[in-house]
Amino acid sequence: MPESVLFRGARVVDPASGTDEVADLLVDGGVIAPSPGPAATMLDCDGLVLAPGLVDLHAHLRQPGREDKETVESGCRAAALGGFTAVASMANTDPVADNAALIHEVLELARAAGTCDVFPVGAITRGLGGEEMAELGEMVDAGVRLFSDDGRSVPNARLLRNALTYVRAFEGVVIAEHCEDASLAEGGQMHEGLTSSSLGLAGQPREAEEVVVARDLAIARLTGGRLHLCHLSSAGSAELVRRAKAEGLRVTAEVTPHHLVLSEEDLLTYDTNMKTNPPLRSGEDRRGLRAALGDGTIDAVATDHAPHAVEEKEAEFDQAPFGTIGLETALAAVLTHLVEPGELTLARAIDALSTAPARILGAGDHGGPIAPGRPANLVVFDSSAEWAVEPPFASKSRNSAFLGRRLRGRVVHTMLRGELVVADGKAQR
Amino acid sequence: MNRHLLSIHDLSAEEVVRILDTAESFREVGTRVIKKVPALRGRTVVNLFYENSTRTRISFELAAKRLSADVINFSTGGSSVSKGESLKDTALTLQAMGADAIVIRHSSSGAPLTLTRWVRGSVLNAGDGTHEHPTQALLDLYTMRDRLGRLEGLRVAIVGDVLHSRVARSLSFALVKMGAEVTLVGPPTLIPPDAAAWGVQVSHDIGAVLPKLDVCYMLRVQRERQRQQYFPSVREYARLFGLSRERAGLLPDRALVMHPGPMNRGVEIDSDVADLPRAAIEEQVTNGIAVRMSLLFILLGGSGSQEDEQEAGAVRLPEEVPAGA
Repeated sequence: MPESVLFRGARVVDPASGTDEVADLLVDGGVIAPSPGPAATMLDCDGLVLAPGLVDLHAHLRQPGREDKETVESGCRAAALGGFTAVASMANTDPVADNAALIHEVLELARAAGTCDVFPVGAITRGLGGEEMAELGEMVDAGVRLFSDDGRSVPNARLLRNALTYVRAFEGVVIAEHCEDASLAEGGQMHEGLTSSSLGLAGQPREAEEVVVARDLAIARLTGGRLHLCHLSSAGSAELVRRAKAEGLRVTAEVTPHHLVLSEEDLLTYDTNMKTNPPLRSGEDRRGLRAALGDGTIDAVATDHAPHAVEEKEAEFDQAPFGTIGLETALAAVLTHLVEPGELTLARAIDALSTAPARILGAGDHGGPIAPGRPANLVVFDSSAEWAVEPPFASKSRNSAFLGRRLRGRVVHTMLRGELVVADGKAQR
Repeated sequence: MNRHLLSIHDLSAEEVVRILDTAESFREVGTRVIKKVPALRGRTVVNLFYENSTRTRISFELAAKRLSADVINFSTGGSSVSKGESLKDTALTLQAMGADAIVIRHSSSGAPLTLTRWVRGSVLNAGDGTHEHPTQALLDLYTMRDRLGRLEGLRVAIVGDVLHSRVARSLSFALVKMGAEVTLVGPPTLIPPDAAAWGVQVSHDIGAVLPKLDVCYMLRVQRERQRQQYFPSVREYARLFGLSRERAGLLPDRALVMHPGPMNRGVEIDSDVADLPRAAIEEQVTNGIAVRMSLLFILLGGSGSQEDEQEAGAVRLPEEVPAGA
């Protein structure tokens, strides 16, 4: 049982209870105590923010299969250093997480790491092949709450219809879609527009995403199934979700920090760390995404943490893989580029990074409320501390789209069920 | 001027003029019995070709040899590249061997820029993917100026598969920079999105454009584009966008016909048209050597040690070319 910890004088921001006040908070026996009191460890939190631990709906931990890029252990450490207490790990491992045995394996690796709760995402289709439904029920029994063929859409609309219908048998289970029309996006290295035309890179238009968003929303209407849309990148996609929500469809959506902060013009130097899928889009799309996050159309910020080997990224642009790491920069990117300029309130930022994704994931122990008897999954951060994004990272990879930039907002402590897994900015395991 | 030539955007209008003027002096070298000057004696130029392009490679090779540089041809077939060596490792190897300039042709857009991260010598883009082919654009500008006496105000149409053409990109950027009026002509599927933002006009009606032109620049159309459904058939493409004999008759008397080669006679250009006196296609090839000599000479500074240049941070442009040196 972890020892007691008293957080003194922190600004407690807890969207689940609507709290935003300076207070002392005692953690004892792994849970929030009813009232402050003496503790074995006292942490001065003057000027720091205390919030429910962050929750990431979208990380690629690469194990099993590409342990050279990331392992569950290294990914969990990166997550903890980024302030996350829960992470959903994507199914596109090798072998694919399309069966209960592999789900158990990932959960076991996470338990052994002990620095962050992992919620394995199960594949919707066997081997991510897009043809046959995987044994979703078996994986639900193993603990899966979110299913996704992330990396591609379920290509067959009828199969998606059946999956969304089938999971209605299971309480709280969500089908998450990566929205990309394969034929429109084929060969596309970046967003299609003036920048791609000038750079001579094949583009993928925003419509490659939007047509699938529209299709999926129609199928959600047809089935009444619970749909989540991953890493939206275009203002038009957000607008489709806005209308679907107004109509009452059971849909949620996420956006990544890099789509909120960067744009196609950042690719002018062919920097492969900026090569992501979906691609960084126009400034107008970025504005639309920020507005949609602010008004709740987009529920959550998710990292799409996608580690890749140095030699893979140090290549010709069209030969480099898609993806950026994000666990260690997500909070700071949102604080620096959205909260500090006043585009997003701190409470809404915490909501999008913790409370909302916890609700989508069914991660009841995470995301607040910070209330007596609740598991102490918490983050404490300094929103004014400036730092440079540069190696070494806790992640085994270093392909960050924010590499070389300065961000403000540094995680000081991360607590998982009463244990300080990060203390004074250092991982404890 | 920059140490490298990666894109037309690296050059100012004044630098373009200096490159063309320097080429003018070098063109005379090609007419001599002994076609050689000692300007780059002892310097090493590597032709790093990841794509087959005999014409461009030979042009660069001749340019370097006429300047007395040592030339090494490094092509993908039969080299370590075919064993899977990365661009980075190839670059580091060439660097270690002391290459003063690397002329790179690569199928990936941006590869020359990526290469500059790993080498100290000058990098010349000899065509990268569907991005740019700046030396082709410069030799085209040279040819236009030579034949028509000016660049400013010239009305030029670039006709064909602009979307996939590095020549069209570099040439558009260069002509706009020099004050010419550019119209891109082709089926809407083969015009890049937002191309109008380059400062050019776009048309899908070649017949309407031809009577107002000073230069009609035809691009090669690959049959592969039919398979990719950019147009329904080569026959239809030729009928709608090819420069037929009748269409060529719509051109003003003094107007030039140009093509970067290799031509698909009978597709984008009628065989007869390619052989008309108004066609400057062979001159383009001849001028290419002089323009590439000019570029190598300017980028490598002609003389002086590499260390000096590193310290200076930029290559000195010679005041004048040693005529007949």
